[in-house]
Amino acid sequence: MSTTTTKTAFWRGIRDSAPFTLVAGPFALLFGVLATEAGLNLFEVMTFSLAVIAGAAQFTALQLMQENAPTVVVIISALAVNLRVAMYSAALTPYLGRAPMWQRVFAAYLLVDQSYALSHQKFEAEPAMTVPERMAYYMGTCMLVMTVWYGASLAGALIGSALPPQIPIDFALPIAFLAMVAPAMRTLPHVIAAFTAVVVSLFAAAVPWSLGLIIAGGAGMIAGAQAELWMERRA
Amino acid sequence: MSDLTLWTVIISLGVGSFFLRFSFLGLVGDRPLPPWLLRHLRYTAVAILPAMVTPLVAFSNEAGTGPEPGRLLAALVAVGVGMKTKNVLASIGSGAVVLTLYILVMG
Repeated sequence: MSTTTTKTAFWRGIRDSAPFTLVAGPFALLFGVLATEAGLNLFEVMTFSLAVIAGAAQFTALQLMQENAPTVVVIISALAVNLRVAMYSAALTPYLGRAPMWQRVFAAYLLVDQSYALSHQKFEAEPAMTVPERMAYYMGTCMLVMTVWYGASLAGALIGSALPPQIPIDFALPIAFLAMVAPAMRTLPHVIAAFTAVVVSLFAAAVPWSLGLIIAGGAGMIAGAQAELWMERRA
Repeated sequence: MSDLTLWTVIISLGVGSFFLRFSFLGLVGDRPLPPWLLRHLRYTAVAILPAMVTPLVAFSNEAGTGPEPGRLLAALVAVGVGMKTKNVLASIGSGAVVLTLYILVMG
């Protein structure tokens, strides 16, 4: 490899990721606003966003902490929502697994929906890319999105303390969650998983320590997996 | 929420998320996951998120006994638009507009 091609790959990553800032930006902004409304100070909001970099997991933790759920339930639920990054990690390993350890540590920290989706697609389409070129492209896809992520979190935290109290901001979280889930209803098993979780959560709402969430989520996952098996057997 | 709770959550999620991301890339290498595990992992987000939102919508009136009509309507519109357009921002926007209009009209 030459320096020019890795540089080109890096800039291509930046360019390809530009549209995704339109998705990451508003989520980080909303997190900043809602976390501030929930009583977190600027330092806490920014540490949260820097340490976790996962919209859905951060919103989950925020919602459950406001409901005074037990800390263990908060952590388990938020990590469960974020389990998909482990799958991303598995999917990228064949392409980036031979890079030096320090690069893989950075790559892991920056692994989000956008960097995974763009890179995996790219690496599959261009099998001739070298490992350093792939890593450069990957880092490119992260750079702009992360800058926007941090900046928008900060902007949200600053705006949050200035919002008028009439705005029904408490309902922004449920709407944001629904907006994240609705486009993911790609297949029948996805719909069955979600539907099962909805029904069970209504019956399990009274279960103490917010365990209804774990029960309903678990039931949804099992229903989705079983539906998938059933469809495979029929096909 | 107390400072202790908040920082426990922030640090645990930070470390936990990093290890989820690092798991295969850093430690496991090329070994494949068992299919039954992957099959369940695929449905985590579509199961956990609705399980969390449903009670928030279903018991959103002031007494916490049933849905508040504006919020129920906003939630249904957000889901409908999201499934139809596959667009996260369109979904959020439509839900926010419906709830705001409802509050303005019904006062």
